[in-house]
Amino acid sequence: MIKKSSLGLFDWKAFIFIVIILFIGVMTIYSATYNTAGETTNPLYLKQIGWIIFGILFLFLGASIDYQNIAKYAYYLYAISLLLLLLVAIIGSSGFGAQRWLSIGGFRFQPSELAKLATVLAITRYFSDYPARYGYTVKELLIPGFIIAIPVLLVLKQPDLGTSLVIFFVSFALIYMVKIRSRLFGFSAFLALMLFPFAWHIFWMNLKEYQKTRLLTFVNPTADPTGTGYHVIQSKIAVGSGGFWGKGLLESTQSHLNFLPARHTDFVFAVFAEEWGFIGFTILLLLYVAIISWGLDVAIKARDRLGMLMASGIISIFTIYCILNTGMTLGIVPVVGIPLPLMSYGGTSLITTLFSLGILFNIKKKRFLFT
Amino acid sequence: MTDLQDKNKGLQQRIKYLRGFVIFVFAIILFRGWHMQIIKGSHYKRLAENNRVRTVILPPLRGIIYDRNGEVLVKNVPSFNLGLVLADINDIDKTIKRIAPVINLAPDNIKEKINSSKYYDPFSPLTIKEDISMREVAIIESHKWNLQGVVIVVEGRREYPNKEIAAHLIGYVGEITQEQLKEEEYISEPMGRMIGQNGIEKFYDSIVRGRVGRKNIEVDAAGRERRVLNVTEPVSGDNVVLSIDLYLQKIAEEALADKKGAIVAMDTNTGEILALVSHPAFDPNIMSKRLSSKMWQKIVSDPYHPLNNRAIQGIYPPGSVFKIVMAYGGLEGGHIDPNNKISCKGGMQFGKRFFRDWRAGGHGVVALHKAITESCDVYFYQLGNRMEIDNIARYANLFGLGETTGIDLPSEKKGLVPSTEWKLANRKERWYAGETLSVSIGQGYLSVTPLQQAVMVNAIANSGFIVRPRVLKSVISDKDKKTFEFPPVETGSIAISESMLNTIKNALKGVVYDNGGTGWAARSTVVDIAGKTGTAQVVGRRFQGVGSWKYNDHAWFVAFAPVNKPKITVAVLVEHGGHGGSVAAPIAKRIIEEYFKLNNLMEQI
Repeated sequence: MIKKSSLGLFDWKAFIFIVIILFIGVMTIYSATYNTAGETTNPLYLKQIGWIIFGILFLFLGASIDYQNIAKYAYYLYAISLLLLLLVAIIGSSGFGAQRWLSIGGFRFQPSELAKLATVLAITRYFSDYPARYGYTVKELLIPGFIIAIPVLLVLKQPDLGTSLVIFFVSFALIYMVKIRSRLFGFSAFLALMLFPFAWHIFWMNLKEYQKTRLLTFVNPTADPTGTGYHVIQSKIAVGSGGFWGKGLLESTQSHLNFLPARHTDFVFAVFAEEWGFIGFTILLLLYVAIISWGLDVAIKARDRLGMLMASGIISIFTIYCILNTGMTLGIVPVVGIPLPLMSYGGTSLITTLFSLGILFNIKKKRFLFT
Repeated sequence: MTDLQDKNKGLQQRIKYLRGFVIFVFAIILFRGWHMQIIKGSHYKRLAENNRVRTVILPPLRGIIYDRNGEVLVKNVPSFNLGLVLADINDIDKTIKRIAPVINLAPDNIKEKINSSKYYDPFSPLTIKEDISMREVAIIESHKWNLQGVVIVVEGRREYPNKEIAAHLIGYVGEITQEQLKEEEYISEPMGRMIGQNGIEKFYDSIVRGRVGRKNIEVDAAGRERRVLNVTEPVSGDNVVLSIDLYLQKIAEEALADKKGAIVAMDTNTGEILALVSHPAFDPNIMSKRLSSKMWQKIVSDPYHPLNNRAIQGIYPPGSVFKIVMAYGGLEGGHIDPNNKISCKGGMQFGKRFFRDWRAGGHGVVALHKAITESCDVYFYQLGNRMEIDNIARYANLFGLGETTGIDLPSEKKGLVPSTEWKLANRKERWYAGETLSVSIGQGYLSVTPLQQAVMVNAIANSGFIVRPRVLKSVISDKDKKTFEFPPVETGSIAISESMLNTIKNALKGVVYDNGGTGWAARSTVVDIAGKTGTAQVVGRRFQGVGSWKYNDHAWFVAFAPVNKPKITVAVLVEHGGHGGSVAAPIAKRIIEEYFKLNNLMEQI
């Protein structure tokens, strides 16, 4: 193949897409946290810009480390993330009624964000080390099953239903891709997995109030079902009232009058849809689809099995986040409390997302190098 | 490279499937967005507006009510009310627990108030306690941030400085009811609005009520006002001047004292009500508070019915006062000649029954004049028998009996003037001649209100003209202070000759001044008074137990003065008071005397 400089092989087109979404995110956070009194000394959108700069460095870092080296250290990373999860369970400070944070220096760090990437990398490594040309038997899936189950349960215990669901789904997507020997089992598992959020939603809507409460308190003891219901209603009103053209920047009444909860984090998409209407909604969605499509393309064209699995694992995380977040904003998926990648305010999420996207850049780059 | 990728052809294929699926899912999300923003966009826009925009009702001040001399009968004082905006309260029990000790109300009371207002708009403040103290206001205000949904509303509260005086006439205000909200009259009134619920407050509510203003504000999720979108200012109600004379009203109230009954005093020529008393009375200050259903029950179930305005809603047999109508009818119909005499031996046998005279020994030889002054029953039994019931009914109707007088007060009763037709229709029975005899002395099925009695005797005093009694004298526009007077209304007149009028008037004067006149207790040195006593037997007494006050006769006295050019007409009823001459007449006399003392004083000045 043609030799190119490392920088020349960097996919600037995809990078521009990412930067555009990051910019839209900063703008929406600016609007969501804008207050007329203007007394905020350290506005969140400025902080977010700081995180973005930091995150882009991580993207370049991810792009410059050989993914095969990352795979080499995947198990260590996995072990560290499990350790951190355990640490959270023991000493983590409580944020929003859930133990998700670890304070390191002045920063608060969310180990579950790391855990989801580490888990994907670990099972990628496993499937890459032990290929099965005609698919895996159920028995052969026992070890990857454990690799998945431990972080899923630890994160669920925090409780962080959203992240544990994401780890679970991504792992399933990977198992689907490495193929299970029983076709029927594989297909039905895949279908069940993909339709689960929607099916759950329909199932959920048909539950009686006390049943919902029971289920919720079973899965997530600190959840407030009426509170969650209120969030969804206000989020739907925000999106719907945007109409075709939207209300315009800083004109979101749902957000500025505090009707919309978590408007710079989990419900940032609702603020955007309210202010920019169906036009903005469509454009933003297409940007996300473009990135996902690019990521899957990287996976398909990756140089080796490890690259394929790693790329599809990473882009699956990204995709599932997007679907669950927009789905809950639009009221078709239960509220599980996960951010929208690249847009929601939050350092840990931003850095992990950008770092993992950086790995994709590396995988893409590597397919042109040493053959 | 190709070698490696060949091996992973299957993997590639599955990733491609995955891509197809992801695009499919995003298409669903895009479709959902289109459905919400385009198809249901206006629906969600409305919801967003409902979230954001709230209408605050700005209650206007009600018009002030004055008596004829400009004395204030009702005014407005500012009141701090504690209200709850239910939509803004997350944990109602917690909020109740917090505020209950501050405003000194039991939590159960507050809960009851909330529960009894199920239909209340959750976005407007529901009044929990009125007129809280400044200390309570201060405590609530200083804890405002912990008491989301608890608001203090400043409102013009109605104050009735004279308390029970003229309570029935003035009436009271109360929160608009569910039923009233549906009425045409109140179509533009919001929930929770205080409107007139009785008396003048109710009858002229449309004048004194004013128009509510509305302020549209933008609120945040906590219900806090962010900015005002637009305001329609409230329009105050117009002020009202009543015909009553507070001084005379007080005299009348004092004269009736703690006796149960009613007094009506009116201007003979114009029909203006000068005083209107009904006892027992109530304090409109209490009635105008937002009463709990328990307190309301207590008032409604009071055996003496204090809310009942006896002057216009109490119906009683007119007793001997009715003999005025009989005398007129007898003369007009030619049934009697004023000089014809009969002999009264203390009763009269009619069919199987002996109809007694109130004086067991009889009145001896009696002509019309003496029959009225001494109230001889036998004379009128015979007259009634000659006239027959339907003629009696016709004359009674001429005097306005059996119909409402049309006074400007709510829920006036019309009483009953029986006739053969009435009895057939209502009792499915023919009329018996004996019943005519009872009606002739104002008993039997016949029933009237004290006001009707006043209007009836006023027709004699006013030379046959019947005026409509009224309470409203003028309206003073709040905007430009212009006064609108209301002229007297004549509702009819009775054909009566000068000589007939003199005969009856003389007889009524004789009631007071003749020897043996039943109304001697009304003799006055201030002014000459004409009147008629009445002692009405309580209907149905034999069906009830024996020996309680309930079975004492009602005492009546109607009067006008001065005899020649009457200025004031008075009707007094004392429930279960006994004899009209001894109980009711002195009360009428006192009112009339005070009225002329007052007028003479005014003339001297």
